[in-house]
Amino acid sequence: MTDKILLAHGSGGKLAREIIQNSFLPALSNSILNKLDDAAVIEPGGRLAFTTDSYVVQPIFFPGGDIGKLAVCGTVNDLAMVGATPQYLSLSFIIEEGLPINELERVVNSVKETAQAAGVEIVAGDTKVVNRGGADKLFLNTAGLGTIPPGANISGHNARPGDVVILSGTIGDHGIAVLSQREGLDFATKLQSDCAPLNKLVAEMLEVSLDIHCLRDPTRGGLASTLNEVAEQSGVSIRIEEEKIPVREEVLSACEMLGLDPLYIANEGKLMATVDPKDAEAVLAQMQKNEYGRNAAIIGEIKEGNPGRVVMRTRLGTSRIIDMLVGEPLPRIC
Amino acid sequence: MKLVSEFRQSELAQGLVRSIRRHATKEARFMEFCGGHTVVIMKCGLRQLLPPTLTLTAGPGCPVCVTDNADLDKAIALAKLPNVIVASFGDMLRVPGSCSSLQEAKAAGGDVRIVYSTLDALTLARENPEKSVVFIGIGFETTGPTVAASVLQAAQEGLTNYYVLSLHKLCPPIIKALLDSGEVNLQGLICPGHVSAVIGANAWEFIARDYGIPCVVSGFEPLDILQCVDMLAQQVARGEAKVEIAYRRGVTPEGNQTAIKIMEQVFEPAPARWRGIGEVAGSGLKLRPEFERFDAELNFEFDPGPTIEHKGCLCGDILRGVKTPPQCSLFRRVCTPINPVGPCMVSSEGSCAAYYHYGEENDG
Repeated sequence: MTDKILLAHGSGGKLAREIIQNSFLPALSNSILNKLDDAAVIEPGGRLAFTTDSYVVQPIFFPGGDIGKLAVCGTVNDLAMVGATPQYLSLSFIIEEGLPINELERVVNSVKETAQAAGVEIVAGDTKVVNRGGADKLFLNTAGLGTIPPGANISGHNARPGDVVILSGTIGDHGIAVLSQREGLDFATKLQSDCAPLNKLVAEMLEVSLDIHCLRDPTRGGLASTLNEVAEQSGVSIRIEEEKIPVREEVLSACEMLGLDPLYIANEGKLMATVDPKDAEAVLAQMQKNEYGRNAAIIGEIKEGNPGRVVMRTRLGTSRIIDMLVGEPLPRIC
Repeated sequence: MKLVSEFRQSELAQGLVRSIRRHATKEARFMEFCGGHTVVIMKCGLRQLLPPTLTLTAGPGCPVCVTDNADLDKAIALAKLPNVIVASFGDMLRVPGSCSSLQEAKAAGGDVRIVYSTLDALTLARENPEKSVVFIGIGFETTGPTVAASVLQAAQEGLTNYYVLSLHKLCPPIIKALLDSGEVNLQGLICPGHVSAVIGANAWEFIARDYGIPCVVSGFEPLDILQCVDMLAQQVARGEAKVEIAYRRGVTPEGNQTAIKIMEQVFEPAPARWRGIGEVAGSGLKLRPEFERFDAELNFEFDPGPTIEHKGCLCGDILRGVKTPPQCSLFRRVCTPINPVGPCMVSSEGSCAAYYHYGEENDG
């Protein structure tokens, strides 16, 4: 048996069958997937949340995770951000010819572990192999399905003046951990990606309060872009305090060195919540009990007027606008 | 030492602000030469802390911004050549030239790579022997020595496919040109930190001596800048004009002699075109004759096309400290970071971008 992915692995023939039997099923086995029918048959029930996402991270293995873990967490978190309990995921692999099969299997195993941790099943999948150069090693596409518990009504449109803004932990860990591995940068850091499934954290938060109005995971574009989206969608302004935002010293230093701002760096295991002030302290305390919310903090407040505006009070007592991310963050010259 | 948060302590900042208020009794205008300083000033809202007697004006210290359209067009034209890899610092990619940008040249099939160091460009040259690698040499005395080092390294290794498009600029000559123009009336100069780390604080002596303008070299943390402003205000109050350093952890009076030597070994001063200012004698760097084989301008045939200036764009006036970004009629309305008209809106150190991102000091 070859140790690299060949175009024939995506042909639908014998090799395709082999990769499913040897590399996918042993790790992802469940009664729905094992049927290998053309579609998964499921009975979710209740109000449904449905999402899709694609993953093209480079490098595919990075400190604290890999593209498989990222795909499961990203999809699970998207579902969790509307308050849903994630249940079923689909997973499509677009593989560049020549990818070592053991790397594929490492990714599949990571999918398995993360899915188990999040309590979701992979019930449908697909594999395509493209010519060398047609993809960068491995791209993943997912869909995710979850059910929304009664009473929860969470949306980016629902932030209300007076709401307290809570952040679940330190920002920028994922983006800087990945950047540290990039060709041409590879600086030494012990920093790990924060990549994590947040559905259990969200479920625990909802047990304490159904007056969580808005949840978002600040992935690409960072916290700044997420806050701007919420301010715009909800027609409110947001006031945050620089001092209250948890940032690791390593992230701060790396950002300084590269000319980046942690507010714009991607996270993969953090959430931002706007919560009715009466429940804010209780929700915060509950979050801090969860391993993914240990460093949670109240970072600001939703205000009336100036819809779409996000203002930060700096450590020096001055204030400044926090804008959306424009283009890719590029390191500066000097 | 934590290196970042220690330089942002609010109690220390408040102490410096009190000191500035005590000293800044006379009206004074200080220019922060460096775009990096403008960004920190805007990002930290430092203007909000200063007494009304003090005005801070942004200067021409953004290497991307001061690059003339004709020079940008050369870089873009090089990127369109077959078998050429253009290696550039990331800042340059989005900057619009006369009618295109490196980013657009890349999208159209040009091979443009972002590098973080000149040595990465050398690696590209080693790994792609069948292609020519052209490094877009943009920057002040801070980047000059590293580009010079890459040329020396290439010469030593016998690399024959590495070239530099030298668009480097020198800081003291341009400040002299600005002051000689009489357009700006300054009572103090916030001297660039990184540039001074290379050329030394002594390089500014002529400004204090010949123009009677106080000079203080500043670092890039908000506390550095506040301390620098305080030192300038003190000089103004005492009626003095001398060169001081508020960035002792990075800058000495003599500078980095090794870096200067390497830069002078490879480059010689040459006239350079500055956006909005024009050609200034001795304000650029060109490769010395013995390194001509690394000079992209001499070794490639390319047509940058006619130079077109953007109508209504005030980048030139802004770089000379004559206008501020909000005084430009395009600012925010036509010219935004997504659709930039001029380079000052693109570069991470550009004044317009700094005003756009951090500008409105409304407490919401």
